[in-house]
Amino acid sequence: MMNRFTLPAALFVLLVIVLAIGIKHSPDKGAIKSPLLGGPAPQFSLPNLTDPARTVSSAGLKGRWYLFNVWGTWCGECRAEHEMLLQVRRAAVVPLIGLDWKDDDAQALSWLAQLGNPYEVVAVDRTGRTAIDWGVYGAPETFLVNPQGIVVFKHVGALTPDVWTRDILPRVAPRGAVKS
Amino acid sequence: MLPELGHFALILALLLAGLQAFFGIAGPMLGRDRWIAAVTPAVAGQFVMIATAVGCLVASFVANDFSVLYIAENSNSALPLFYRVTAMWGAHEGSLLLWILLLAAWTVAVTIGAARLPPRFAARVLGVLGVVSFGFLLFTLATSNPFLRLDPAAPDGRDLNPILQDPALAIHPPILYTGYVGFAVAFAFACAAMLEGRLDQVWARWTRPWTTAAWAFLTCGIALGSFWAYYELGWGGFWFWDPVENASFMPWLVGTALVHSLAVTDKRGLFKSWTLLLAILAFSMSMLGTFLVRSGVLVSVHSFAADPSRGIFILAFLIVMIGGALSLYAWRAPLLKSTAGFELGARESFLLFNNVLLVIAAATVFAGTLAPLISDALKLGTVSVGPPYFNPTFMLSMLPLLALLSVGIHSNWKRGRLKDKQRTLLYTLIAAAVLACGLVFGIYSHGRVLTPVGATLALWIVLASLVDPIDRWRRGLSLSRAVLGMTIAHLGLATAVIALTTVQSFTTERDVALAPGASTSAGGYEFRFDGVRPVEGPNYDGVGCTIVVTRAGAPVTVLRPEKRQYWVQHQVITQTSIEVHRGANILVALGEDLGAGRWSVRIQIRPLVSLIWLAALIMAIGGATAASDRRYRTARAAEAPALGATAGDGAA
Repeated sequence: MMNRFTLPAALFVLLVIVLAIGIKHSPDKGAIKSPLLGGPAPQFSLPNLTDPARTVSSAGLKGRWYLFNVWGTWCGECRAEHEMLLQVRRAAVVPLIGLDWKDDDAQALSWLAQLGNPYEVVAVDRTGRTAIDWGVYGAPETFLVNPQGIVVFKHVGALTPDVWTRDILPRVAPRGAVKS
Repeated sequence: MLPELGHFALILALLLAGLQAFFGIAGPMLGRDRWIAAVTPAVAGQFVMIATAVGCLVASFVANDFSVLYIAENSNSALPLFYRVTAMWGAHEGSLLLWILLLAAWTVAVTIGAARLPPRFAARVLGVLGVVSFGFLLFTLATSNPFLRLDPAAPDGRDLNPILQDPALAIHPPILYTGYVGFAVAFAFACAAMLEGRLDQVWARWTRPWTTAAWAFLTCGIALGSFWAYYELGWGGFWFWDPVENASFMPWLVGTALVHSLAVTDKRGLFKSWTLLLAILAFSMSMLGTFLVRSGVLVSVHSFAADPSRGIFILAFLIVMIGGALSLYAWRAPLLKSTAGFELGARESFLLFNNVLLVIAAATVFAGTLAPLISDALKLGTVSVGPPYFNPTFMLSMLPLLALLSVGIHSNWKRGRLKDKQRTLLYTLIAAAVLACGLVFGIYSHGRVLTPVGATLALWIVLASLVDPIDRWRRGLSLSRAVLGMTIAHLGLATAVIALTTVQSFTTERDVALAPGASTSAGGYEFRFDGVRPVEGPNYDGVGCTIVVTRAGAPVTVLRPEKRQYWVQHQVITQTSIEVHRGANILVALGEDLGAGRWSVRIQIRPLVSLIWLAALIMAIGGATAASDRRYRTARAAEAPALGATAGDGAA
């Protein structure tokens, strides 16, 4: 019963099929990526929390893998994450570089004295400008940077054993060269 | 608190939209007058709830409430207040809410205008609009809720996309969406007529002003987008045939056809099923545009964050709405019979050509836009269809359209003879050709084949459009707003053609590397580069440069293009600097740092390019004038349906 009045509906069915295939093939399956991924890590040069006379700079970190962890004593989730960070330190696979974000230095120092210091070095970002450069919109956030200074992975929220074994270890130490 | 209130208001709006749809469609079907009476309160309540939700979201943006995920992702405490408000529609979730708000506003307007319509028919129209609103509200609440909380709250937001931090782009979405959504009204009128199984000339007269108004908004919205792309993207183009641009252009082309087809249905009771189909198609194209932009199916510079689950939802919604309407069409349209006939050469046939050519143009744009998708579905690899396809194919349908326009407006309803109009047309054509060739070769002394052709057709439209109005004015006769609006819109089209022809034929474009103090010349102007300096804004920094423009030694202007780096999103934006001089746009954009103080600089001189956007504005004014014609407001249900064409009443 095909006549000229059913033709539009028939063409529409064809279109729906094309669009459905289009959705199935759509290149990026959803997740909004950080514009930083695959790009160079933002540069910074900030005071060292434990030794204010010295600075921590992105240039000094080049040439090796590091985990860039954004935290603050005002952030509840960071406290929950702390135990995991200490484990990362003990695994000694990749150094943790901390960014103490919009925080009070004295409080940050006592936090590290009380809970243990998982960081190789902590940079102090009092104004929050460096965190903005890194596209941080909530602490904690963790970035994995390769020896070429390229951000290869970003995790929003507390670091978990799952993320560590699934996303970070395989990138830093391929072929299971290091025990987790 | 505010976000929860907004969320709750949105849920209530969904329920009210459901009631509006149910009572509006079931009421007339079952003949329940009390159900029909419940439709209007549902419309009002829904509008209040949606306005509340929008108000809550805007207030949260203004208050920098970064515990709301959407605000944390699209605003920042350093963002100026104006952009904190417009950031509301800066991304997918909020822009969808804006869409819904505008739909609710149109629905309220229809409700007020519906006082003149038969209650059952009005209820059906509002019921169909309720279905549309319900679908979009459900979509928002299920997949794109802008009120979701972020726990813990972000200390600061990620900032609004820098390309959206611009006044033109801030007001572009509301105007464009008003146009898109306005076609929902024509769609609802069409569905209501099909549900009722009756479509007469009075129906066309009710539908016309709504359609024309929506068309005028869409015209403005597209022009604003093109204007923004021209001066913000820094490539100097005004139209890129990008999928998102096409998504707004396709409903415009179909909508233009609909405006003309409605004229025939109104005046002569012809083209009934064709008009219905166009009304369905125009809104379908609007919804398809929404789908293409938001599903991540096509890659575009304007794309929203892609999410396949959203894509699946919109596709399901498209199947219900468009599939439903087209099925209704397949079932009901055969019942509509047009008895009147017309001769070849009568106005009806010219409007038929108009419709066919516009639909062909829309189809070619459609094919080009979906080509990457189709070739992907057939596994033919990724193809990219660009201006080399769009420009010639589009021109192929536009040139005959322009040629037929001049003749068409002088033709008569029903009868094919042009009689004494033949001489008028011949004289105006000769005058246009002489004028066009004189201008093209007099000013520029060169040009491509299409340049004088385009100029001639455009000037012919101007002269032919003005013959009758001037004649009536000299005889002291008044013009109806419908005819006046039509004339203005046609003059706008002619202006656009003149501008496009000139820009395409006579643009000077140069990319040069300049050291500080060095000069270059282009298109009769001298450009001296005075080196770069740092610039800093509220949420960006970058470099700017000074370029002194002179012509034959006399100073013309000083241009200061910038290259901005937005802090939060790390996006580099080229801020071009433009000066209008003797009708031409002199545009300078700062390119790359080539080292040793040298920079690449792009210089463009585009004659008459501003006329393109002015032309769109003229067309929109024409549409608004025509839509305000008294005739539509006095068209009551009680009126006899068979009002023929009265003398002096054109096909506006």
